[in-house]
Amino acid sequence: MSSPAIPFEVLARTGKANATVALPTDAERKGLTKKEIAADHPTWCPGCGDFSVLALYYKLIEKRKMHHEKVTTVAGIGCSSRFPYFVQAHGAHFIHGRALAFASGVSLSRPDLHVFTFSGDGDAFSIGGNHFNHTARKNVKMTFIVMDNMVYGLTKKQTSPTSPIGFKSKTDTWGAVDRPINPIKQAIAAGATFVARTTHTNPNHLLQMMEAAMDHDGFSFIQCLSECVEFYAGAFDNSNPRKGGAFDLVPADHDVTDEYAAYRLADNIHPGKFGIFYKAPRPTKNALEAKINADARSKTGGLKDWQLLQKSFDRLK
Amino acid sequence: MSDAISTAQPAGGSPKIASISEAVIRIAGNSQDGIQAIGGFLARLAGRSEQEVMTFMTIPATISGGPSIFQVRIGSGEVLSSGDEADVLLCFYQHSYEEHVGSLKKGGIVLYDSDHVTEIKPEWADKYHHVGVPISSRTVEAIGGTGKDKGKNIFSLGLIARMFDLNQPKLEKLITERFGGKDESIVKNALTCFHAGYSNQIQGLLETYRFADAQKKDRHQIVMNGNEALGYGLLAAGVRFGAGYPITPWSDIMELLRRELPKYGGTFVQTEDEIAAISMALGASWAGRVAVTGSSGPGISLKTEALGWAVMAEMPLVVVDVQRGGPSTGMPTNIEQSDLNIACFGGHGDSPRVVIAPANVEDCFYMAIEAVNIARKYSVPVIILSDQGIATRIEAFDEPNLEKVCQDISPDLTPVADHKPYDLTVPDGITRHVTPGTFVASGKYPVVTGLEHDELGHPTGSPKLHLAMNAKRRNKLRRLAAELPVPAVYGAKEGTVLMVGWGSTQGPIQEAVAKAREAGHAVSSIHLKHVNPLPNGLENIFAGFNHVIVVEMTDEGLYGHGQLASLLRGRYADPKIKAVTKADGLTWKVKDILDRVQAFLPTR
Ligand SMILES: Cc1ncc(C[n+]2csc(CCOP(=O)(O)OP(=O)(O)O)c2C)c(N)n1
Ligand code: SF4
Ligand SMILES: [Mg+2]
Repeated sequence: MSSPAIPFEVLARTGKANATVALPTDAERKGLTKKEIAADHPTWCPGCGDFSVLALYYKLIEKRKMHHEKVTTVAGIGCSSRFPYFVQAHGAHFIHGRALAFASGVSLSRPDLHVFTFSGDGDAFSIGGNHFNHTARKNVKMTFIVMDNMVYGLTKKQTSPTSPIGFKSKTDTWGAVDRPINPIKQAIAAGATFVARTTHTNPNHLLQMMEAAMDHDGFSFIQCLSECVEFYAGAFDNSNPRKGGAFDLVPADHDVTDEYAAYRLADNIHPGKFGIFYKAPRPTKNALEAKINADARSKTGGLKDWQLLQKSFDRLK
Repeated sequence: MSDAISTAQPAGGSPKIASISEAVIRIAGNSQDGIQAIGGFLARLAGRSEQEVMTFMTIPATISGGPSIFQVRIGSGEVLSSGDEADVLLCFYQHSYEEHVGSLKKGGIVLYDSDHVTEIKPEWADKYHHVGVPISSRTVEAIGGTGKDKGKNIFSLGLIARMFDLNQPKLEKLITERFGGKDESIVKNALTCFHAGYSNQIQGLLETYRFADAQKKDRHQIVMNGNEALGYGLLAAGVRFGAGYPITPWSDIMELLRRELPKYGGTFVQTEDEIAAISMALGASWAGRVAVTGSSGPGISLKTEALGWAVMAEMPLVVVDVQRGGPSTGMPTNIEQSDLNIACFGGHGDSPRVVIAPANVEDCFYMAIEAVNIARKYSVPVIILSDQGIATRIEAFDEPNLEKVCQDISPDLTPVADHKPYDLTVPDGITRHVTPGTFVASGKYPVVTGLEHDELGHPTGSPKLHLAMNAKRRNKLRRLAAELPVPAVYGAKEGTVLMVGWGSTQGPIQEAVAKAREAGHAVSSIHLKHVNPLPNGLENIFAGFNHVIVVEMTDEGLYGHGQLASLLRGRYADPKIKAVTKADGLTWKVKDILDRVQAFLPTR
């Protein structure tokens, strides 16, 4: 066609409005303090279980000496998903249910970043159920922590996909009737390569699980019981020794690579067991895509991008 | 070629050679007959001969079987559309014959496979010139029994090559390139078929034709369809991440990117659905490099929530919408421009975004780059509205200077002193995100968010801030509007009727203008490539005409105006803006446009 070429402008790579500085050297960098990591004061109800998850996330960043700029905190929508505002790190507060897909885009394009994704039970397993299954199956490298309060907190007490049968909510005033999903089983069945369970009332265990998840090369999923004191108070008393419950660890002799054993171990979930249910090595999507790219690039003979495109165009003449 | 065709049989002798300036050839068969391949070869040959070429095809929604056509118009002069009427119809079956004979101009040639087309209708026998060739059996003769359906497309290409005196060595080279690299015997078979077709004496053909020489072009021509041009344009633009879910006609673009991106160190992810696709692309955009997602029809509807987030978070993104017939699953392989509204306004809340629309295949390439650059410059999602017509038609255009147009948009991680993503005081009012991984010396890290927010991206319920941020998101697009080129008027700057079009209808509209002007009517047209925001200054163009008639492929709507006309009426509050619309799933014919604008022309 004889249309004129479209005017367009090639922008300079840098579009920064702010002054640039030098990156401090590793020697100049001391580990971050809690004060440096904390951002806005959380807006959660006093006593909400999510506080302890946040506190231990700070601790994790502090303990593992992560650099501010390398931490990305991604979340969907819900009380629990307010996380990014409370952390001094590059944060993204995305839309309801889709945090995993967003975080996958970050993980797959930036191997240099730690990607932590936070979600609630509704966010992760209801509206985001599809993404949960597929992110697990693709084994996209990131840590995914679901604060499971077994209720919709932000929207004020509707039934959630993990609400136990009989739970009286505003949408089931007579008690929930639909069979709840079992997040551990679902994660295993979907192909997650790291599946763990913990609770907000046991900080040491929670931190331990976060560390193990972070160190796992793959999609690491943690179901963290996190009480909604406002709409489902006492939900997890039976796993809290201080409330007369029992905190039962996954048996020491459990083989974490045995998918079926892990599945059986997840049978009873009230209160259920705590610890790593399943952990097995499998290539991440990140690694598989990197391999595809390495193979493709090895055949390009070091041509520049425009020359590669020229080669394609030469075939279209 | 119109006038060049004569139906008078020269006494005895072999067909004489007529010089023509253009020809429209329609090939009709079933989808498995490889008729797109014939069209592709013709288009490519035309490109190599520096002829203008435009094609049009319909593909059935079913995987295999089902009628399919390919129309190619080749010309030595400017070719604007794929042509209202065909000069030659090559038909493989009785049904293709009956269905498409109406697309021939009076006196046109029906070249039919006499093995399958058995009944020539008497009422058509006088109107068109019928030429039968036992295409199927000749093909089998040429390459042996195994081929059957295979190969008759290449045999037919040979027939056409002889009929139009096409450059035989060039075609052989194309065939060798196309089938080369595979099994040696495949190339051999293809060439055998071609030669069999080329040397076949066509009984009853009155003339053969030769295209007048085309003007030499400065640059080589390349030949591709709109989907390819868009895909390659995105690569040239520096896009290195994309995500999508298959749907016709968008799938070609995602397949191309999935195949090509790894060579460039990029990745395309086939996601579980369209929501995941846009979400993932947004994640990648945030991670530092404008990413792409795309879809068609219902897939676009699924993307609207996340698109709203992109507007709110001011995240650059390119969304490709290859429109098809809607609503719902609609008409998957037909053409419509009915996504204009969802592109410009789809979603809840006030969410200004950019919508641009290529008018031809070449535009697809350059506007992909433009989309990326607008997205980056204005921190905004940009929708590229293509359509089934541009997506599948093949055109030749001047080869771009790739060394010049290819760009590097890799992320910049230079540490900054401080950063506020939604700074209300920056002089140009435009958000610039720092990429994750960027050290911020103040220790205050930004959050990108879909909640209404303050300058750092933290949530706010403040009415004042909501007003200020809404204004920020809107005003930057007003800035863009001021930067956009005002479309040139095709025809005179003053007159009776100004036709306004956008997207793939540029060709037929401009051809209609040319015809109307020839007939002495003061008709002109403009073609909008930027539909949201509209460029400034259109009102000055409108002022020169009595009627502003939007020509679009949408339904007339509840209030009698199509989607673009409604938008323009809303923008200019000018009652002289009216629409001629149609939404039958087919592209505009020049004649239909002329018939419809007739009502606005003075009777003489
Ligand atoms: C598309 C969409 N639908 C519905 C909502 C409303 N909504 C916000 S959060 C939420 C559920 C929150 O529950 P959960 O994910 O368990 O998080 P929690 O508040 O309990 O931490 C709902 C339904 C929304 N924001 N977006
Ligand atoms: S409503 Fe429940 S989940 Fe939400 S902040 Fe309050 S206690 Fe936590
Ligand atoms: Mg919840």
